Amino acid sequence: MATEQMDGGRALIRALEEEGVEVMFGLPGGAILPVYDPIIDSSIRHILVRHEQGAGHMAEGYAQATGRPGVAMVTSGPAATNIVTPLCDAHLDSVPMVVITGQVPYAAIGTDAFQECDTTGITMSVTKHNFLVAEAQDIPRAIKEAFHIATTGRPGPVLVDIPKDIVDPANPRSAMEWTDDVEMDLPGYRPATDVDAAAVAAAAELIRAAERPILYVGGGILKARAAEALRQLAELTGIHVVTTLMARGAFPDSHELCLGMPGMHGNFTAVTAMQESDLLITLGARFDDRVTGRLDGFAPDAKIVHVDIDGAELGKVRRPDVAIHGDCRLAVEALVAEFTANGTGDADRGAWRSRISGWQERFPLAYEAWQPGQALKPQYVIERLRDLNPDDTIVASGVGQHQMWASQYWTFDHPYTWINSGGLGTMGYAIPAAIGAKAGMPDRTVWAVDGDGCFQMTAQELVTATVEGFPIKVALLNNSYLGMVRQWQEMFYEERYSEVFLSKDVPDYKLWAQSMGCEAMRVDDPDEIDAAITKANEIDDRPVVIDFRVMAEEKVFPMVPSGATNSDLVVPPSQADLPR
Amino acid sequence: MNINDPEYRYHTLVVTVENKSGVLARVAGLFARRGFNIESLAVAPTDDERFSRLTIVVDLESSPLEQVIKQLDKLVNVVEIRELHPGYAVERELMIVTVGAEPDRRDELVEHLDRAGGKVLSVGADRMMLSLVGPPDRVDDFEDLLRPFGIVELQRTGRVALAVLDEDA
Repeated sequence: MATEQMDGGRALIRALEEEGVEVMFGLPGGAILPVYDPIIDSSIRHILVRHEQGAGHMAEGYAQATGRPGVAMVTSGPAATNIVTPLCDAHLDSVPMVVITGQVPYAAIGTDAFQECDTTGITMSVTKHNFLVAEAQDIPRAIKEAFHIATTGRPGPVLVDIPKDIVDPANPRSAMEWTDDVEMDLPGYRPATDVDAAAVAAAAELIRAAERPILYVGGGILKARAAEALRQLAELTGIHVVTTLMARGAFPDSHELCLGMPGMHGNFTAVTAMQESDLLITLGARFDDRVTGRLDGFAPDAKIVHVDIDGAELGKVRRPDVAIHGDCRLAVEALVAEFTANGTGDADRGAWRSRISGWQERFPLAYEAWQPGQALKPQYVIERLRDLNPDDTIVASGVGQHQMWASQYWTFDHPYTWINSGGLGTMGYAIPAAIGAKAGMPDRTVWAVDGDGCFQMTAQELVTATVEGFPIKVALLNNSYLGMVRQWQEMFYEERYSEVFLSKDVPDYKLWAQSMGCEAMRVDDPDEIDAAITKANEIDDRPVVIDFRVMAEEKVFPMVPSGATNSDLVVPPSQADLPR
Repeated sequence: MNINDPEYRYHTLVVTVENKSGVLARVAGLFARRGFNIESLAVAPTDDERFSRLTIVVDLESSPLEQVIKQLDKLVNVVEIRELHPGYAVERELMIVTVGAEPDRRDELVEHLDRAGGKVLSVGADRMMLSLVGPPDRVDDFEDLLRPFGIVELQRTGRVALAVLDEDA
């Protein structure tokens, strides 16, 4: 067995190289300093961010676009606390990510040393697992275990906290012996994979018998790389598919069986088809409150088949009639094999199909036409972006109205083209996530769809994009408001607008973007939209920001009000009087 | 099983965890975050130094047992969870208690103690320190008996438990 004397800092970088890490995002500081020295000689490209939160979201965007784990490295104390938000975001959206934090020297832990914080304690509830490494010799194993845990089972973020003394070559505690075969020691970690054949057969029976089945598809399908298997299952059975906010692109929007996004701002047909269904075939989804609306009124007649790799999701919210605990791709492939061998049954679904097509005809996504004198229609901006970009464009989004419009009006025909913060709802996610996606997929067009509230939270990472050479494009849907909060205040707080107006004049987004090295444009007139997008797409040597001035009064519809059931979906005013 | 029946409201889990720093915090943190209530908790190393064993009595009024077990199982340091059904577990708890014991009432106190199978640990001028090991309900009963004497200080360990041996095995 080959062994080599080295220090913990070099061993850490070597261990990352052995895991196949090509890009990492980070910002150095005191406690992590010794690990930054060997980066100079490493094959890993390090992207220097402007704020540690940016590093975390970039690692997430990289992971969401590529399927490979994102890696971020920051120092101790405030850097560690700054990356807590991305960790929590990745935890809720099951994003594989490894975060390395510096820590004060081992002997100083617990003394309130400079830039000390209890990083593993703080991040315990927002990571899949975390480690505080005590000895240099343990570094390679901790890194191997971190990547294994982050990428297997239900993926998630893992944090590795590294005290300075075990990576500092000047400290004898950093001496260690590198060996090529490090064994993991995880006696309590046994992620489920295989699926139970009897459960698959029972699920197939329910599916054959169902007259109003719906494939309720969540982000787990993407995590399981199961989009192709899902397509086979849908086409073989002829069952319609809804794709949740986390699953947009897992099934092509332009497919005749695709009903689009369900949930609080889902389209009428997706929401109503789930609500009226007699069988929800739930694949890697978790009955999130944004999908179910008021739980006791959700899909009252539906039996549930629930496939999830995380056993704790089975029965957490809605009791399944058949639970399949395991990998989504294996489960879907097993169902395809079962239906191929033994047929899909002869349930009569003609009436169901005509009800669905009736809803689709009567209740398409809709907004009122633009009138002269008005600011831009945000939905129209998204439609033009969609139509003027290649269909494999990656779209990253912040959180709020612009996120919902992007999800509604874009046509997602490919998996891993939609990157957003679903579970945590992290404002400011778009720009760093788009940079991470571009780092992982440099040949693809990457657009960040952002709001002005979000933009002001993480815009500084456009400096990172310029300096590090990531020519992302930002479509800023600027309505001068915290738009989603404004919408709730208009609809549910009697138009009493409290602390939601930002400013019409400051900042000057065009000047700001230019100062960060971006090409910048401002668009007020609908006739200028196409030219601006076309110009943005011709620029590939720096980031582009387009400040689209959109209507503040525009609201996201349909909408299930908080506390209402999905049967009480509020449709746009133009559809309010139509028979359901 | 009716969990509203007081007998079944509390359920015992015997959880084997890796003997690493912070593991108890992970378990306690999980219970706090998910809103699970712990009725009692006992922790000690096992015969294998790599592992510790937690005996956790869970209050099922706060959340279904299935969720508690599944969420615990997701903790990477949790190696094994055994669920001890009420009635199929041998449970023991240790109580140490200091009670008022004026000379004229000592005989009565010692009589209670003998009947319960407890021990005298220390005797003072007007107080006695006693201990009792037994099933939790018997420890409860004994505590009630002592109350009229005046409990000065009392400490219970929380229960530990193992499954009843199978006679057929």
